[in-house]
Amino acid sequence: MASLPPIDLPSNASGKGAFDAPATSDERHVLFDYLLRLGDDSLILGQRLGETCGHAPSVEVDLSLSNMGLDLIGQATHFLNRAGEVEGKGRDGDSLAFRRDVLDFRNCWLVEQPNGDFAQTMARQFLFSTWQKLLLERLMASSDAFLASVAAKAVKEVAYHHELSAEWVIRLGDGTEESHRRMTDGLEWMWRFIPELFEMDEIAQRAAQCGIGADVGLFRADYDRIVSDVLAQATIQPPANQRPILGGRRGHHGEHLGHILAVMQFLPRTYPDATW
Amino acid sequence: MVAGKAYVATEVPGDGLERVWSVLATVADPEIPVISVVELGIVREVHADRVVITPTYTGCPATQVIERDIRAALDEAGFRDLHIVTTLAPPWTTDWISAEGRRKLHAYGIAPPIPAGERDVKCPQCGSIETEEVSRFGSTPCKAQWRCRDCLEPFDLFKCH
Repeated sequence: MASLPPIDLPSNASGKGAFDAPATSDERHVLFDYLLRLGDDSLILGQRLGETCGHAPSVEVDLSLSNMGLDLIGQATHFLNRAGEVEGKGRDGDSLAFRRDVLDFRNCWLVEQPNGDFAQTMARQFLFSTWQKLLLERLMASSDAFLASVAAKAVKEVAYHHELSAEWVIRLGDGTEESHRRMTDGLEWMWRFIPELFEMDEIAQRAAQCGIGADVGLFRADYDRIVSDVLAQATIQPPANQRPILGGRRGHHGEHLGHILAVMQFLPRTYPDATW
Repeated sequence: MVAGKAYVATEVPGDGLERVWSVLATVADPEIPVISVVELGIVREVHADRVVITPTYTGCPATQVIERDIRAALDEAGFRDLHIVTTLAPPWTTDWISAEGRRKLHAYGIAPPIPAGERDVKCPQCGSIETEEVSRFGSTPCKAQWRCRDCLEPFDLFKCH
């Protein structure tokens, strides 16, 4: 989809401090990092959708966005709790969600993008949910039994997210002149973050090799086909000539993530002993 | 989360497992109080030492309330040493909602999930099949918002899942 070379970390930057870089030779580290990626994607997008609660264009849409956010937070709880167990340092899902800083987050750039208008929110949802559904379908066969069971459960919810967002992309794209322009702009904003979803870096490769993870390259063609099909129905030309941006999986994020975390983490960081 | 300590087998008081099931049958779903957690298919297994439950949706906020309510009902009935274990596999499906549960949903004004092979959504108010979807998501993750074109009443549809 992208025709220009990506913008990645500078060659002399490791993204994270060298001490904390995961040891890819150790399967436990690979599983920990892989679970963080899955958990952080769901957590950050769930938090983003939560921001729309009470602000969506209609009450039905408000319910849809909050409920999708709820599904995603549920997934994040499973992935991050398990990540904490695998890490074995006494951290649970809450401490991973609320006590890590930007550089330690492993989510992709797509999910941290701002909501913008409703079209932009739906463009992001469509591009992500389509990918997440294809990924979870494969993770149902993960060699990690827990990961496989969460995937089997979550895939049913995500299928709904995919359907809902695809319908909105079509409805807005093939709607009025104004809604068409907004959906085109929304996709234009989000498009450069697609290639990162299909990046197979060292952790992703190791996870796929040992059967924990999935090789995302195997469903790239399916993804492109589904997306271009929906865009065709929406009468929208795919954006062109964008430079993909990479690095989220290695802790390199945009300006937006810090602002999300500031809101999300304020309470547990201010009152560390608070329980709920 | 299940407590990490090892289970110490104790004798279950009363008449055993049937009594546990009947206690569980009195625990209502917090979101749809006319239907019990047994009828909803949340209770998967009952053993001498544990009750196995499964969440409906991954992020369903009622999950914790349900576990708390089950705990309270079991404690009240004297089953204090029964553990509550949560399992994710196999994933919950609306196929597990019992026939009685479906009837109660309908009577309460929620259209039950449509069995495979059927397409018509029946209005729980007037029984018409002239109905249409208003929104994919309703008041909870498990429901969609529908409307009847005959009696014009809006209603919830329990989504097939």
